[in-house]
Amino acid sequence: MPHTVEILWAWLIPAFPALGAFVNAAFGKRLQDRFGKAIVHAIAVGAMLAATAVAWSYFALLLGQPPEDRYLHDLVWHLFAAGSLRVDLAFALDPLSMMMTLIVTNVATLIHIFSIGYMAEEPAYWRFFSYLNLFVFSMLLLVMGSNFVLMFFGWEGVGLCSYLLISFWYTDLDKAKAGMKAFVVNRFGDFAFVIGLFALLWGLGGSWTTTKAGGLGLRDVYEASPLYVPFHDGATAAEAEALTPMRSGVAVGPTVDFRELREEILTPGTGVLQHLKGATIFGFPLIAFVCILFFAGATGKSAQIPLYVWLPDAMAGPTPVSALIHAATMVTAGVYMVARLNFLFALSPAAMTVVAVIGTLTAIFAASIGLFQVDIKKVLAYSTVSQLGYMFMGVGVGAYWAGCYHLLTHAFFKACLFLGSGSVILACHHEQDMRKMGGLKDHTPITRWTYAAACVAISGFPVMSGFFSKDEILWKTFTTQNLSAPWIGPVLWFVGLVAAGGTSFYMWRSYYLTFWSGEYRGASHDDHGAHAVAAAHDDHAAAAHGADDAHGGHAAHGDAHGHGHTPHESPAVMTYVLIVLAAGAFFASFLGLPKAWGFDPVLERFLEPVTGASAAFVHFAEPGKALEFVFMLISVGVATVGWLFAAWLYRSGENPAPALWLARYAGIHRVVFNKYYVDEIYAATVVRAGMVIKDLAYWFDQNVIDRAVNFAAWIVRFVANVDGAIDKYLVDGLVNLVAELTLAFGRGFRKLQTGRLENYLVGALAGALVFVAVNYLIH
Amino acid sequence: MLAVGLPHFLVVGALLFAFGAYCVTTRKNAVGILMGVELILNAANVNFVAFGHYAWGGIHGQAFALFVIVLAAAEAAVGLAIILTLYHHFKSIDVTRAERLRD
Repeated sequence: MPHTVEILWAWLIPAFPALGAFVNAAFGKRLQDRFGKAIVHAIAVGAMLAATAVAWSYFALLLGQPPEDRYLHDLVWHLFAAGSLRVDLAFALDPLSMMMTLIVTNVATLIHIFSIGYMAEEPAYWRFFSYLNLFVFSMLLLVMGSNFVLMFFGWEGVGLCSYLLISFWYTDLDKAKAGMKAFVVNRFGDFAFVIGLFALLWGLGGSWTTTKAGGLGLRDVYEASPLYVPFHDGATAAEAEALTPMRSGVAVGPTVDFRELREEILTPGTGVLQHLKGATIFGFPLIAFVCILFFAGATGKSAQIPLYVWLPDAMAGPTPVSALIHAATMVTAGVYMVARLNFLFALSPAAMTVVAVIGTLTAIFAASIGLFQVDIKKVLAYSTVSQLGYMFMGVGVGAYWAGCYHLLTHAFFKACLFLGSGSVILACHHEQDMRKMGGLKDHTPITRWTYAAACVAISGFPVMSGFFSKDEILWKTFTTQNLSAPWIGPVLWFVGLVAAGGTSFYMWRSYYLTFWSGEYRGASHDDHGAHAVAAAHDDHAAAAHGADDAHGGHAAHGDAHGHGHTPHESPAVMTYVLIVLAAGAFFASFLGLPKAWGFDPVLERFLEPVTGASAAFVHFAEPGKALEFVFMLISVGVATVGWLFAAWLYRSGENPAPALWLARYAGIHRVVFNKYYVDEIYAATVVRAGMVIKDLAYWFDQNVIDRAVNFAAWIVRFVANVDGAIDKYLVDGLVNLVAELTLAFGRGFRKLQTGRLENYLVGALAGALVFVAVNYLIH
Repeated sequence: MLAVGLPHFLVVGALLFAFGAYCVTTRKNAVGILMGVELILNAANVNFVAFGHYAWGGIHGQAFALFVIVLAAAEAAVGLAIILTLYHHFKSIDVTRAERLRD
């Protein structure tokens, strides 16, 4: 087992945001009322900065170790033990989780800072920052947890926080619904994740019932080890350890710890690998079953087909939330999980194929929807779905580091795009419809240039990081030999390439529509009623502006130009963040300069201790550098075509082609613009089925359960009545009878005491006579 | 020939007792009741003396009769005292007035 560095303070990284969330949740309102909003964001941003500082210090420590020893482990305490299963509250920082931790802490810190400007008018400022902190806390648990249990805790936590944040403006019914949708859709994925985890534990030797069909059961492997020990109270970690069978110096059996799982599968001679490969569940190979269920969990969290529908609706949340969810945190959880379990996925070509195919389909599907959207945030949302598809392509074909690299670069350029769109939306007074923007390049220069830089990155030109990560994925997809059939790779590559062209087109379309295409079109606010979403946002804007006036104005809305007529650049606290993120998108290039150029990708080396676990199982063809260069040229060519096409159509704002085509192909446009009616199909099938089940359950409740309950109540009442009658008439009657008798007796005898002497004398005489008579008779 | 013997005395005694008892139970006048008591006592005296003479001989009967006379005197004294008090209290010697004693 490789060396482990025990550390003590890694728990501080998630603890700081948790503390910030708690303080702002518990005291935020009072603090804000007394000291103003500055104290609220000081707490939140301070917590993030502290967490970031700790993360960087551990990064330095990690880099100081030799590569094979890069595993920092912080055991806080043992949560519980059951049989030989031990669950710890422990954090692990290996290169992968370190990378994720750094992305989460740094990007989230920038987004916190951006929010200071963006949410300045929000009355529930403290609530917003509390949620943001909580979100970061959950995400850090997810990426830093050393085992499935902590990961799942974070997994659920980000689901909860996304619900809280998407429906942050909960008085708006549409936003509340979007939040609920995100939560419910995520639940589907979470369910699959849990089932997958149970199946894995079952396969790992909680399998006391399965030794038959697959031949080699664990019981044979572990000889007579007491694998199944019933849970008993007070089981301790030491007991669990004593129960754990050892093979080849490695603890085997059920475990939730990633590291232990990896060791027992990969160490030769434990027999676990052979067992897992041979194991089946309902006749289905166990590993494929588990991996596909895990991936189903990832499709919920990372918005892949078929569970991507929540993410575009998640745009209802405040824009920094969109950036936080889409760039740094929640949606990357699925990619992280697949990369983390690479040694498991690599064992099953079927599961790998499922991941890669779903990823590719999502990439092209979402990109095609993105082509026609008019809401700037919707465009970005679908591009996120599409880019996540690329990441899954990467991890699906076995290029785990490439998927993670795209995750990293995407975190920068997508955060930059989203925050840029936030800046644009603020500049246009809470207008999100790109048709009402235009000409912003002179009004918002910083936002414009950073947005352009991020567009360069996402569309894949070899000056920004996006090119290197996306191209690496496409190249690996073409050369992969890990899928079920050899022809799948090239097909996926082609589809991915087309999607890349689409990406380039719709991103530059959004850029030109927003910043070019003639003059600013949002000056007149007459036609706002036309678009329901726009109207809703306008209402919000109006309310916010009212509050603004009451507070005497703030930096983002300088009063020089009056409200709602001229766009304006955002305050420095926002634009600096944009610049930092754009710079990050550029400098991230140096982490993954391709081998074909004679570099050794830094990130690939860095992640090797993690991805190396599956190195023995994944293989790529080596067709040579020349072909790779050709492929790069093709990629750049496709991106350029998309860019030039967008520029031709939208740059001047006077090209009649878009309107013409729109009229001619109205049918196709309608289908794509309405997202292929997937939401409607879901509403007609899944939601409707759910409603039918709900109605059935309601009917069952009303007619069966309620009646049973009522009947039971009736019986109880009946028995009580009988009991009451017995008490009232029998017991009480007896008692009263005794009392009445005593009373009557007393009343009767009372009459003897007449007080008349003659009566007494008659009595005395009569008594004497009786006495005499009796005496005489007895004689 | 009529010889006066024990039965004649006993009949006289019984009659005296009967008159006395009747007097005691029917009179409302306290003094009358006291007089009835005297008759009962004297009926007993007649019996004592008669039995003493005819059945046992000696003076046992006569001695008892003397005791009874003394007792009757004492009783009359006490009874009259009660009657005086009664009169004092109710301004009457009608014993029915003394019903209230039962309460």
